[in-house]
Amino acid sequence: MPVVIKKRSRKKAITPKKNSFAQFRVSDDDVILREVEQFLYRQAELLDAKRWSDYIELFDADGIYWMPASLEQITGDGMPSIFYEDRNLMTMRMKRIAHPHAWSQTPAWGTSHIVSNVTLEKVDSRTGDVSVRSRFHMMEFRRDASRHFAGVYHHELRKTKHGYTIRLQRTDMVNGEAPFDYVLLAWV
Amino acid sequence: MTTNGGADLTRLIEPDRVHRSVYTDDAIFAREMEAIFQRAWVYVGHESQVKQPGDYCTALLGQQPLIMVRHSDGAVYVLYNRCAHRGALLCAKSRGNTGGAFGCSYHSWQYRTDGTLESIPLPAGYEGTRFSPGAADYNLKRAARVESYRGFVFASLSPSGPALAEFLGEARIALDNMCDRAPAGEVEIVPTCFRFIQHSNWKIFMENQLDALHPYVTHESTGRAAAELERQMMARKQKPPLEYHYLSAFTTPFNEWDKLQTVNYPYGHCMLQGYMGLRPRDPDTLAYEAVMREHYGAERTERILGVNIHHVLIYPGLSVQPALQQLRAARPLAPNRTLTEIWHFRLKGAPEAIYRRALAYYNLINSPSTMVNADDLENFWRCHQGLAADGGDWVSFHRNAGQDDEHDGVIASRRGTSEAPMRNQFRAWKQYLSSSEH
Ligand code: FES
Ligand SMILES: [Fe+2]
Repeated sequence: MPVVIKKRSRKKAITPKKNSFAQFRVSDDDVILREVEQFLYRQAELLDAKRWSDYIELFDADGIYWMPASLEQITGDGMPSIFYEDRNLMTMRMKRIAHPHAWSQTPAWGTSHIVSNVTLEKVDSRTGDVSVRSRFHMMEFRRDASRHFAGVYHHELRKTKHGYTIRLQRTDMVNGEAPFDYVLLAWV
Repeated sequence: MTTNGGADLTRLIEPDRVHRSVYTDDAIFAREMEAIFQRAWVYVGHESQVKQPGDYCTALLGQQPLIMVRHSDGAVYVLYNRCAHRGALLCAKSRGNTGGAFGCSYHSWQYRTDGTLESIPLPAGYEGTRFSPGAADYNLKRAARVESYRGFVFASLSPSGPALAEFLGEARIALDNMCDRAPAGEVEIVPTCFRFIQHSNWKIFMENQLDALHPYVTHESTGRAAAELERQMMARKQKPPLEYHYLSAFTTPFNEWDKLQTVNYPYGHCMLQGYMGLRPRDPDTLAYEAVMREHYGAERTERILGVNIHHVLIYPGLSVQPALQQLRAARPLAPNRTLTEIWHFRLKGAPEAIYRRALAYYNLINSPSTMVNADDLENFWRCHQGLAADGGDWVSFHRNAGQDDEHDGVIASRRGTSEAPMRNQFRAWKQYLSSSEH
């Protein structure tokens, strides 16, 4: 049996009159969730488009990109990490990748990220800051070969006048403890 | 690729060049595993990986899967990871605690942690058979020889050969100096291991470790980026972290690298002098040096901290950085595949800041996001690809050949970029392979 979808006017669905239809009520959290999702999608697009400097701009002045060496770690401070980078180190990485003699950059290299399962874990109603958990899947192509990395993102986002900035991004890769076939050239 | 295993292998090694087949040939690789990796003293692991009775970790020596385990009496055993019944691997995990015994997952033969057979199910089934419990055949086989040097455990799978101390010879300074830098005189491993698969022969990795001609070229992009960040931060009146200098040091031009020295020992071991300012004068270092003087006195402290070594190779598979407390073990998997395992250590009794310095090096240079080895691995791959082709038969190690100083089998190069370390590794290679020829 095909599912019958009741037709509704498009206009109504997108801009419901003020709470007039209970089924269209958009709670505050839903708005935040949509904003956060868009933020995460944009972040992934910046990586895949290699817009490194725009990517780094997403981070707070003292923001950190962290990929722990093991899933059990609770801090990257004073612990081995795959990445534990502030904006200075991120800038160094960007400059290195852009250098004409970054030999590792010679072969064709590209990535594609999918971000999904976005869940708000904490919303600070006073500041608007949010903790959000999501899952990612990244396919990387480099010199005729593909690799897959997947896992969980945990973002601590700060709400600012101009949108969100990243205080901490934790990237937990399900295959982060496997031997690496080559290295990770940029942030996942 | 044709196999060269039956040929006189030593003819492939000339004093200043080697035939490319030693990197690519399957039969030569098999001979190397037997004649070198299964005979020499090869690093297994550090005693602090197996502190408690029953603690174990696994390691690959040549093509042999082994278990290092702490027995109930405190002794460390190195056993083949192979059940004496029908051959199953006993430990499928790389580390853990097995309690009092290793139990086989297939038919539950049980072994004590010294490898002896403890029990089998339904023993009556063996009555009247040739099976005799207590005979060595029914125990876990032990590595022929196991010795620990200041906590670093090595095994040799051959019953004969030099003792570990004799094998290490002067290259033991790698382990001595790392331990001596600890006020308590010993180090403790940090239980994180970063692992890479290199798509290249193990010797390409070993030759690179002391290659002072490559950093300025291979690591130019990272050296320049780090130097630029240092300048920018200084312009902003910020103090660049010490570890940035480990990277910006790659901008050191050729002629400066050439002023360094390498020392090349028997058995293929080699040492490259330090270049990246391994003894800074920041407050953390000064505080640490004060602790050192309390333990060792001023004179001995000076001797320990005055040792300026970047890398020591303990041939065939270990590369040690004593002043940065790092260690890389190369485990050959195939002619064109090499596993490297990278560890770092804490200096017992040293302030936390000194650990953090080692950690920064570990994270920046040795982690899977490395901005340094990224370009090394690219070059290793290129080398292996080129050597597998017919574009030429020889690999050149002519740089400063015949211009080194040799005394009692120890070869000191007059130049940092001399290819003496590579020639020295092949000197040992030739000895291992020829003494195993039947
Ligand atoms: S193979 Fe181990 S008990 Fe049978
Ligand atoms: Fe290098």
